[in-house]
Amino acid sequence: MGKKQSNSTDEFVKGLWRDNPVFIQMLGLCPALAVSNTAINALAMGAATTFVLVMAGLSVSLLRNFIPREARIVSYICIIATFVTCVDYAIMAISIELHRALGAFIALIVVNCLILGRSEAFASKNRPALAVMDGLGMGAGFTAALFFIGVMREVLGSGTLFGVDLFPGGFQTWTVMVLPSGGFFAMAIWLLLVNRIRQYQAEAEKRAGEQEAAS
Amino acid sequence: MKDPGYWSVFLNAALVNNFVLAYFLGICPFFGVSAKLETAVRMSGAVTFVMLVASMCAFGINLVLEAIDAPYLRIISYILVISSAVQLVEMLLRKLSPPTFKALGIFLPLITTNCAIFGLALFQTNKGYGFTQAIVYALGAAAGFALALVLMAGVREKLDLADVPEIFKGTAAALIVAGILSMGFMGFAGLGR
Repeated sequence: MGKKQSNSTDEFVKGLWRDNPVFIQMLGLCPALAVSNTAINALAMGAATTFVLVMAGLSVSLLRNFIPREARIVSYICIIATFVTCVDYAIMAISIELHRALGAFIALIVVNCLILGRSEAFASKNRPALAVMDGLGMGAGFTAALFFIGVMREVLGSGTLFGVDLFPGGFQTWTVMVLPSGGFFAMAIWLLLVNRIRQYQAEAEKRAGEQEAAS
Repeated sequence: MKDPGYWSVFLNAALVNNFVLAYFLGICPFFGVSAKLETAVRMSGAVTFVMLVASMCAFGINLVLEAIDAPYLRIISYILVISSAVQLVEMLLRKLSPPTFKALGIFLPLITTNCAIFGLALFQTNKGYGFTQAIVYALGAAAGFALALVLMAGVREKLDLADVPEIFKGTAAALIVAGILSMGFMGFAGLGR
């Protein structure tokens, strides 16, 4: 990935689908499952993580020639922890309610394997501009995944979306979806969908390849 | 805060608010290492160990941070001190007890920056636990983690032999199993606070 010069749009798009952090790479699952019980929480968590991803990617990329190899993990953790502290206090300042809903999971962005993984695998080897695009793409992919899980859990679990009642005529809510186990189920359902689409794509590609070989 | 008994702290962390199945902490090793029963058991041992170290470290750091009135340094100092403490203990183990090191060694670096460990440190601070309470809490959390991991590994070993549709293979099936396990653990909700 680091060898060939790819353009920055590619770096952005790959995070959305081909290397989607949640559904394909299975990174950062803890927050994806824990705070996705409503769409708002999911979006806030996604935004916070994206910010840390972009800023950490930028800093690591800028410092990539100064950080000694042996001390790189520790340095990355320091950088990430700094930005997470910023986000933690920023959210507390913006909305104390949101901060309470997300709880310790904002601080837990520090140990989100996604961020350390991107710093190590991408930002430490690439130009700052590319690292920022990669962070934005991965962040967008992460946010989208969280949002989909969040929407499913909120609509089915509470019959609302963004706090607005969707079924004024009454709706038997699936309480299981707001419980922790609902997180696992919602994630599994989306994952099945993604797997099915990928399977379909692979088959189509194979068929195209066979046709080419035949002609 | 009212002082809950040790037993209730332990049960609370192990069953009612199971770290893996109720708080979603430590999901990565949960799915990564739960394919084989034996690895799961060894992983649990390593987690127990790191949790104890982390819990003690976090308690110490918190005292210092409160003394100098710098709560904004909490995240960064927790993670640095915990990871260096684990590294130190790892070196000591290698020197003093090679068999233990062999059994736990490869997992230690993996779990140092694990959400379960860090979450434990944060929760015990938020709950304002004292030193012994923190230790009991760590033991309970570790027991809960081990229970979830071993149960999961047992189910997955059987699942490997079953004929499941292609798109269910791997994580999707594991997620559904985890969801059902988590539902089962909801039954413990009446036990603690």
